[in-house]
Amino acid sequence: MLKINNLHASIGDKAILKGINLEVKAGEVHAIMGPNGSGKSTLASVIAGKEDYEVTEGSILLENEDIEDLAAEERAHNGVFLSFQYPVEIPGVSVTNFIKTAINSTRKAKGLEDMPAKDMLKMIREKSELLEIDRKFLSRSLNEGFSGGEKKRNEIFQMAMLEPKLAILDETDSGLDIDALRIVSNGVNKLKSKDNAVIVITHYQRLLDYIVPDFVHVLLNGKIVKSGGKELAHELEEKGYDWIKEEVNA
Amino acid sequence: MSKYTEDDLREELKTKEYEYGFFTDIESETFPIGLNEEIVIAISKKKEEPEWMTEWRLEAFKAWKEMTEPEWANVHYKKPDFQSIAYYSAPVAIDPNKTLDDVDPDLLAMYKKLGISVDEQKKMNNVAMDIVVDSVSVATTFKKTLAEKGIIFMSISEAIKEHPELVKKYIGTIVPIKDNFYAALNSAVFSDGSFCYIPKGVKCPMELSTYFRINQGGTGQFERTLLVADEGSYVSYLEGCTAPSRDENQLHAAVVELIALDDAEIKYSTVQNWYPGNSEGKGGVYNFVTKRGLCEKNAKISWTQVETGSAVTWKYPSCILKGDNSVGEFYSIAVTNNYQQADTGTKMIHLGKNTKSTIISKGVSAGKSQNSYRGLVQIGPRADNARNFSQCDSLLMGNDCGAHTFPYIEAKNKTAKIEHEATTSKIGEDQIFYCNQRGIDTEKAIALIVNGFSKEVLNKLPMEFAVEARKLLEISLEGSVG
Repeated sequence: MLKINNLHASIGDKAILKGINLEVKAGEVHAIMGPNGSGKSTLASVIAGKEDYEVTEGSILLENEDIEDLAAEERAHNGVFLSFQYPVEIPGVSVTNFIKTAINSTRKAKGLEDMPAKDMLKMIREKSELLEIDRKFLSRSLNEGFSGGEKKRNEIFQMAMLEPKLAILDETDSGLDIDALRIVSNGVNKLKSKDNAVIVITHYQRLLDYIVPDFVHVLLNGKIVKSGGKELAHELEEKGYDWIKEEVNA
Repeated sequence: MSKYTEDDLREELKTKEYEYGFFTDIESETFPIGLNEEIVIAISKKKEEPEWMTEWRLEAFKAWKEMTEPEWANVHYKKPDFQSIAYYSAPVAIDPNKTLDDVDPDLLAMYKKLGISVDEQKKMNNVAMDIVVDSVSVATTFKKTLAEKGIIFMSISEAIKEHPELVKKYIGTIVPIKDNFYAALNSAVFSDGSFCYIPKGVKCPMELSTYFRINQGGTGQFERTLLVADEGSYVSYLEGCTAPSRDENQLHAAVVELIALDDAEIKYSTVQNWYPGNSEGKGGVYNFVTKRGLCEKNAKISWTQVETGSAVTWKYPSCILKGDNSVGEFYSIAVTNNYQQADTGTKMIHLGKNTKSTIISKGVSAGKSQNSYRGLVQIGPRADNARNFSQCDSLLMGNDCGAHTFPYIEAKNKTAKIEHEATTSKIGEDQIFYCNQRGIDTEKAIALIVNGFSKEVLNKLPMEFAVEARKLLEISLEGSVG
């Protein structure tokens, strides 16, 4: 599904990613953990194609295709989805209108007609039930005045609607209370299949109790310094990151 | 010929250049250039006007000669040479009895290119249209249906002949001939326009619509619109404008007068898409318009405008709230791109008691354009309990454009309540990236954001107009990022 080779990326003169190697196969869940400033969100943005970052070395392959030259929307058309840590507000544009535009843009890129309104509504109904979303919520302006939990739930709702191949959840647990965390995690688990893959970026073990990873990677200073199974997350929760830093420096 | 569909229109809207920038070769009869008394008299004669009308025009011309162009607006342009303009141009061989089938096929082709095929408009939208091409109406439809209700909807030239008593009674009462430089010029040389009268207690059963175009190169267009809603009546009037591309600047100085008598309501919606000039700021229409309405007791006038065109816009649709309990509304979206300049807003003049006004203005600036809101809220000494709410929002794209707000408030009554809110925001890269990440390309993302920003105003437009307005917002901002 996703293969990252020796990825270096910088913003301005500042190098942030310094040689990332990561392979994610279909059906897998990977967690990326690490202290603040280690490059987790940058990695997510670079995979999604944010132009502020410059890839200076290495490659990102999505289903064996190098996506380096693809614009962010083209990567999205190819099945990359990023759940934002801080979803932006778009006043006056309803959640429904936004998702409709997104779906039809992707369909257009694939040479398909717009999705018939009937099918769209049916899908919206199914997915909003899956995520326990009140339908009134869908006619509100995108993220405007949403609580932290509502914003994150809206991100996962969009993920459900867009059915990506690769979903990257950037700090989806931040700002969520325990109920919201459960609902969002349930949603992600229901959307998981053998054909798609999920990368979960998080500070805390907490989310991983709900979305159980197959692999856990520790990102430190722009590099993956340690990888393991889900037990690694527990170890980090217990001991913090210092022991890894020591291990790396040793 | 195959049918022109929405899809065809959509295809056309994809092109980045001003897609209405074509010129149809219709034989026109044009007066010699320049302006003097003889020309004014000749226009009047050409239109077979009664003497009082000729006199009225001459009086306006006399006043205009003494006036100077206003310079207070936040716009900069080379002043037109009023002696190098032809003041009358009409497609030749107009037969008032002819049907659409008889209309010049070139002209019909032009409408199709504009997406305003008369046939389709008639069928699909239940819209009666009085189309003005270069000053003279060539097609008036639905006249019969309207006539049964006693509604008069015709070109102003016809009205001057057929209903002189109504025209004489109301013309120039709201916008006097000496009101301002452009209004005086219009009064002297107006070529055509629309006249509408809704009798007492009649609700007009359909949206009335006029499409104006400038066609003949080098001719200014001076429309005159007069709309009278008698007591207790209702009318919704749509005005849409497109103009073909010309290199030299074209002058457009229209006057619109609305009269809402006791308990009447007028909704006046405009989509203005005159040629804005090319991306270097060359060419484009100068749009200097005077629009004003008078509300008698319990009457209501609502102006809604979507302004995407013209190189220079100078326009302040206003309401004189003379009658007690009367209501004035102004909903506006003004979009400027490249080198466009817009100075637009409204005046709400509260004279009667318990009068209310609402102003919602949305300005979107891109490229190197300048977009100004200028509004006056005036509360007279008699206007007890007058209320106004104003909201002016500006959206900026890029770093080279400007948004300006000039609100003026004059309150001479202590019971007045006036609220003013203003915001300025910028389309953020974060917003664009968010949309991109969901598969929405940048141009579509901007259209989405701008539509959201303008929603309160777009919602005020009649349905079929709102669709067109959305398309216009989209095309006028194409190429504004990248």
